[in-house]
Amino acid sequence: MKNNQKLIRNFCIIAHIDHGKSTLADRLLEFTGTISSRDLQNQLLDDMELERERGITIKSRAIQMAHQHEDILYTLNLIDTPGHVDFSYEVSRSIAACEGALLVVDAAQGIEAQTISNLYLALENDLTIIPVLNKIDLPSAEPDLIKEQIIDLLGCQKSEIIDASGKTGQGIKNIIAEIIKKIPSPKGEKSKNLQALIFDSVYNPFRGIEAYFKVINGSISKGQKVKFFSTNQEYFADEIGTLKLNKEPKDIIQTGDVGYIISGIKNASEVKVGDTITTVDNPCLEPISGFEEVKPMVFSGIYPVDTDDYEELRNSIEKLQLNDASLTFEPESSIALGFGFRCGFLGMLHMEIIQERLEREFNMIVINTVPNVSYLATTKKGEEIQINNPSDFPSLDKIEIVQEPYIKAQIITKSDFIGAVMNLCIEKRGVLTSQIYLTTNRVELSFEMPLAEIVFDFYDKLKSLSKGYASFDYQPDGYKTTHLVKLDIMLNGEQVDALSSLLHRKHAYEIGKKICIKLKDLIPKQQFDVAIQGAIGSKIIARETVKALRKDVTAKCYGGDITRKRKLLEKQKKGKKKMKQIGSVEIPQSAFLAVLKLND
Amino acid sequence: MPGIYIHIPFCSQACHYCDFHFSTSLKIKNRVISCINKEIKLKKTYLKDPLIESVYFGGGTPSLLSSKLINKILSSIRSSYKLAQNVEITIEANPEDISKNKIDNWTQMGINRLSLGVQSFRDSDLKYMNRSHNCNQIISALDLLISSKIDNISIDLIYGFPQLTDSFWVDNLNKAIKFNVQHISCYCLTVEKQTPLYHFIKNGTAKPLNPQQGASQFLNSKEILKNNGYIHYEISNFSKPGFESVHNRNYWNRSHYIGIGPSAHSYNGTSRQWNLSNNTKYCESIENNRSYYNVEILSKKNIINEYILTNIRTSNGIDLKSLSSYMNNDEYKRFKNKMSELMQSDFLTIHKDKLLLSEKGMLFADSISEDLFII
Repeated sequence: MKNNQKLIRNFCIIAHIDHGKSTLADRLLEFTGTISSRDLQNQLLDDMELERERGITIKSRAIQMAHQHEDILYTLNLIDTPGHVDFSYEVSRSIAACEGALLVVDAAQGIEAQTISNLYLALENDLTIIPVLNKIDLPSAEPDLIKEQIIDLLGCQKSEIIDASGKTGQGIKNIIAEIIKKIPSPKGEKSKNLQALIFDSVYNPFRGIEAYFKVINGSISKGQKVKFFSTNQEYFADEIGTLKLNKEPKDIIQTGDVGYIISGIKNASEVKVGDTITTVDNPCLEPISGFEEVKPMVFSGIYPVDTDDYEELRNSIEKLQLNDASLTFEPESSIALGFGFRCGFLGMLHMEIIQERLEREFNMIVINTVPNVSYLATTKKGEEIQINNPSDFPSLDKIEIVQEPYIKAQIITKSDFIGAVMNLCIEKRGVLTSQIYLTTNRVELSFEMPLAEIVFDFYDKLKSLSKGYASFDYQPDGYKTTHLVKLDIMLNGEQVDALSSLLHRKHAYEIGKKICIKLKDLIPKQQFDVAIQGAIGSKIIARETVKALRKDVTAKCYGGDITRKRKLLEKQKKGKKKMKQIGSVEIPQSAFLAVLKLND
Repeated sequence: MPGIYIHIPFCSQACHYCDFHFSTSLKIKNRVISCINKEIKLKKTYLKDPLIESVYFGGGTPSLLSSKLINKILSSIRSSYKLAQNVEITIEANPEDISKNKIDNWTQMGINRLSLGVQSFRDSDLKYMNRSHNCNQIISALDLLISSKIDNISIDLIYGFPQLTDSFWVDNLNKAIKFNVQHISCYCLTVEKQTPLYHFIKNGTAKPLNPQQGASQFLNSKEILKNNGYIHYEISNFSKPGFESVHNRNYWNRSHYIGIGPSAHSYNGTSRQWNLSNNTKYCESIENNRSYYNVEILSKKNIINEYILTNIRTSNGIDLKSLSSYMNNDEYKRFKNKMSELMQSDFLTIHKDKLLLSEKGMLFADSISEDLFII
């Protein structure tokens, strides 16, 4: 295929989870013959098992389509974007690689918070927006109402909105035509020195890291010596190519096009999303703007349940980090749990994903300790310390000031739930900054609030009080002064450091009580009483007791009972493998995250 | 030596706590019995050792059946299997079914052990359980039995339910002792899912059980029966010396057994199978020569765990030598570690190479088995 810059269209899809992005993407690939329907796996773009189950794209991908339109062969690059709040920076880089975006809105659900914040990102990057009303075939679709929302948001004509259905294929042809007609070709200049934007990377166990990029200016050739701007590392472009259903090696990738590079990089941390690739011989002077080092926002200890598995856990986390550079870790130790790692995550979902992947892919049974955000403390001596772990928190008399990270949060909900959502956010120390009606019964609320508050027990509450009709998005927004206390938990008089948490003074008593009650539910009866106490400093603020088990013996154990009883006990025993013995008390994994589930 | 269990899946009414398989509709009674007779023949080759040491009619309520039907089943067994000289033949009976005539018929056909479903000597308790008999019927039945030729009588009693105070329970035990029966089974009431009792407790019409009460009444029974010459030979079973149930002991010492009838379990040392627990489906499958059971092949670990689970409950305990021969070094090491932990906390004791539950341990037999399991 002749590579003509004018015939390239780079676009992404902006959509809320479940609004049918993946199915629609499959249809585009099918329509352009990039894949046949025979080898069409459903939701091709989400190829991690976990992603499919959760219905979200965690790592973005790109795929190239060729399409003949009015006798001209076009190259269409679809750049997929991750669909969760924890990954907003990655989304911004994917968007920066595009000239256009499909705004896909579910005809029954309407616009959600994440769609809006991503749309704003796209508009900031001057992307051409093609509005698509998806799932038009649903009986519950309200096309007129939802179109009004889209028109309000974009200021477009009603006739510009394409009715589509990923399920039936309706509107697909139209979408392709509009992409070609409306989205401008990429602007860059062939003659300039190479500038390529890295928007994603994946780990290939045989060949190292594959970085995905878009050539902004110049071109990249196979075998060239290249340099990554932010790390200043040099590599040979061992293989470059474009991404079809499989990788297609090429000799050169021209201005405006999207491709991959394999250069023997072993560690994901060398490939930073947003970084610029240039050549060593003729380097560009400036990197592409917008690059940021991704910083973990939430920290939690990860410990093996079986202390013998420490080294294996280290290997597993290292392997995970190879394809997920946003995961950070360093060794730490806990009196209760032994040796483990303090890990940094982009957010709560990211944390859950890592825990699940450790179990699923590496068969590691781990304990996650209570997560916390990263605090900045200044001591009376004037030292500045970063606190990623409750046990690093100095005693209050040594602290001059503590600062905590804040976020800007957007919530879109039905107007019926405004009161409840506001109460929640205010209770979570949020300050309302704006309230915008998108339609008569949909409203966007913006808040400034501490990140720590969404770590504890926020998503579930938001979901339940809005009956699921609230969508949430956030962006980091600097640090502010706060008043922290450390809540300790004692079991039978013994402090369990892994259960300590840092809480705002305002909530500490209430949460401390709730944690003790929750632990009472989660810690199974043992052969002795277990006293659970919550303490702030030396003051006990809550106490609960798990009463001892009085008896545990089957009355009848005859011919028909043996199999059933054996199976039950074998199953229980396997479950106990996931318990941690602290002193003489057996604690299930879930108890360490009790603080997150106070309202279950 | 192996045993045969016959499940008679019929009852006149449903006890509120019972989750065994039974039906109160007697419409297909004769059909089920013919299928049972057919299954007896089908299982002829199941056992390697064909000399039968015990036959047990359980249920359900076998005493509901006419003597003729019972005799028919026994004849089928006799024509397909060889019964040992001193074979134990037990029938479970409800007090209201006992009559002189029935007892005579049963003894004539060789039944030499009777297990009477007494449960309590108090009418209000019997009502709570929805038993089909009253206290007077129990007394009459026991009077008849004591003076009959059957010299191996067992009584079932239930404890651990809210209205049964400790002194009521002691009364019940003393009444049973007064009849000088050879065997007493004391069962702590268990609330099983899918029983009326479970729902009554769930919807608040019945009080939940208090485990503390179950524990203290267990200790009561142990002490009182021991003082009256009964041996505590398994968690829930007591007998005069020499009157341990041969049939039940076989379940615990891994003897093989054949289970006949809907929902009955069979075991041949390497696998266990259980029949369909639906009377009609069981009959249809037997009649049409289709598969009427499910099979589970027992792994080595399963067999070890069953050994632990069953033997720990008995006064013979776990024979450490024999157990070690089933385990590899690593498994035995882990077992020993757990064992010494449990001995230190006074749940287990060792007597002549036999591992036994302590008195405290008996209340936690399940958790202790679980701790000792190999997985």
